[in-house]
Amino acid sequence: MTDAAGHSIAVNGQTFNASVHGSLGCTACHADIKGYPHPDKIAPVECSTCHADQASQLKGSVHADSKEHPCTSCHGNAHEIFPKTDARSAVYPLNVPRTCGNCHSNGGMAGKHGLPSVYPNYIDSIHGFALSKEGLLVAANCQSCHGSHHILSRTNPDSSTYKANIPRTCGNCHAKINADYQQGVHGKAIAKGDLNAPVCSDCHTAHAILQPTEAEFRMQSTPICGNCHKDKFSTYRDTFHSQLGSLGGYVETARCWDCHGAHDVRPANDPESPINQANLVKTCGRCHAGANLSFVQYQPHANARDRKLNPGLYFVRLFMNLLLISVLTFFVIHTILWLVRSRYSQMKNRANGGNHA
Amino acid sequence: MPEIEVVAQTAKEQTGATGRHFVRFTREQRYLHAVLFTTFLGLAATGLVMRFSESFWARKFAAGVGGFGAILFFHKFCALVLTIAFLIHVKEIFTRGVMNREKGIFWGPTSMVGNWKDVKDLFGHMRWFLGLGPKPQFERYAYWEKFDYWAVFWGMVVIGFSGYAMWFAPFFAHFLPGWALNAVLVIHSEEGLLAILFIFSIHFVNTHLRPDSYPMDMVIFTGVESEEEFKQKRPLEYERLAAKGKLESRLGIAAPVWLLNFSKVVGFTAIVIGLTLLVLTLTAYFS
Repeated sequence: MTDAAGHSIAVNGQTFNASVHGSLGCTACHADIKGYPHPDKIAPVECSTCHADQASQLKGSVHADSKEHPCTSCHGNAHEIFPKTDARSAVYPLNVPRTCGNCHSNGGMAGKHGLPSVYPNYIDSIHGFALSKEGLLVAANCQSCHGSHHILSRTNPDSSTYKANIPRTCGNCHAKINADYQQGVHGKAIAKGDLNAPVCSDCHTAHAILQPTEAEFRMQSTPICGNCHKDKFSTYRDTFHSQLGSLGGYVETARCWDCHGAHDVRPANDPESPINQANLVKTCGRCHAGANLSFVQYQPHANARDRKLNPGLYFVRLFMNLLLISVLTFFVIHTILWLVRSRYSQMKNRANGGNHA
Repeated sequence: MPEIEVVAQTAKEQTGATGRHFVRFTREQRYLHAVLFTTFLGLAATGLVMRFSESFWARKFAAGVGGFGAILFFHKFCALVLTIAFLIHVKEIFTRGVMNREKGIFWGPTSMVGNWKDVKDLFGHMRWFLGLGPKPQFERYAYWEKFDYWAVFWGMVVIGFSGYAMWFAPFFAHFLPGWALNAVLVIHSEEGLLAILFIFSIHFVNTHLRPDSYPMDMVIFTGVESEEEFKQKRPLEYERLAAKGKLESRLGIAAPVWLLNFSKVVGFTAIVIGLTLLVLTLTAYFS
């Protein structure tokens, strides 16, 4: 059965009756159809007639354009809509990523608006894995963070994904970590409105969230801290921790948060900071069995180029460099002169009939 | 001049094949050198990967051999073997020089210890380079050979001590100040870098690649050299022995062909590995 334009107008009565709208008659939605034959032109169904709240939320959101984002683009076939608690629903938690992914992936509608393809990132993340492989209904799906009808751009201060709101959004599930985070310097800075401080997604990323114990996460995260803490990153890179650590693979050598803590990063003078003088033996001792008070005098951020800060180290480096340069310079000159002279006298000997090889 | 090269080579081989051969290095000394350069190559290869871990080849190398754990293990293993070889050498010097009061270990023409003649030889050699004087006559060990020896000796003490200080840092912290734990890495890596650059460029050229020995001085592998070579390279030692009538006591047997071939394979492999590491080091250093 098709309409004048050739579109199918068949409705499966059985499925419709089982759907959330099954108790309604056809004309409850198709209000302009009064008799048969139907008019040639019928008005589009206005879901907002009943779902006024959702419609008004949608209006202010990034999906406000109802031509591009009709309700059915997320809720599926209008005659087969099920409650979100029903596994047949397109917005059932386990189905949400696929539903959103129809547009927000490579080749989807998102490309048209220059939006990143986030679906593949999400589905390979720890959240995506929990949801798609383990079927964990509590695992974060798209709408857990972004909301559903009232999705706002992350540049909008009212958005749940606006930078300052991200700790609260993630904290909806990760309550303890959010509580820790609020105690740290980064959490306090964000609370004060300093948006330069990192929030959850700065370190963990938004969609491709990795298990923090994975080699890949350990490799990628140190430079993230280094984006702001440039001098500390530079001095860290001079150390054995960094030299071994950047070889790749799973490397135990200390990364920033192994010593500083991850969520409640505190200043060194805070007695609760793992890098407080009183806690250093314990902190270093987590990796270095037998660490003692003298051992923890080691400076993980010593700067051999800073004469005032690390005079001993500065002069050791200077001496070693001078030794290296002077020995090599002298012997390179010595060797080159020798080579030239030996070759010269070898040729002369041969010319004279000598056989000194 | 390839033709001249070939003629000279054959002439050299002929005199070597028919003439007498003299022992320069004992079997123990040759084994010591073999252990020294194999462990050194291992230490250099793994050490450079750690030192320049952010370079493109370091990660590939690390992934290829089984990660940083394998690299660190191999580095420590080579270090232990080299330490043992070093201690055996020191013990032998002590036994020969102090216990047995053997002459010529600590002073005299056969000693490794530097003397006034070495200073004169250094300046004389430089004058000869520039065509300002005659070529100095060398004794058993020339000044650059003594430098090689002491550079390696000092290097092993410094690199070894700083290496063990990092390996057993909590233990060394009992008697080292805190900043020394920072300094040992600087010392270890700079001294290591110096050793690598020196051995793979200066030592290779001075001892093996210079025209008098090109392409390789086999004496450290075979222990013997031809009378011709002995006389030319170390005239003073030759004359001293001849004057005392002791030349015969140093007579040796020319190395068998298999040993020569084996030594060439081992030696060239070492040189190729060394030069490869040298190039990688320089590219990482200047990039």
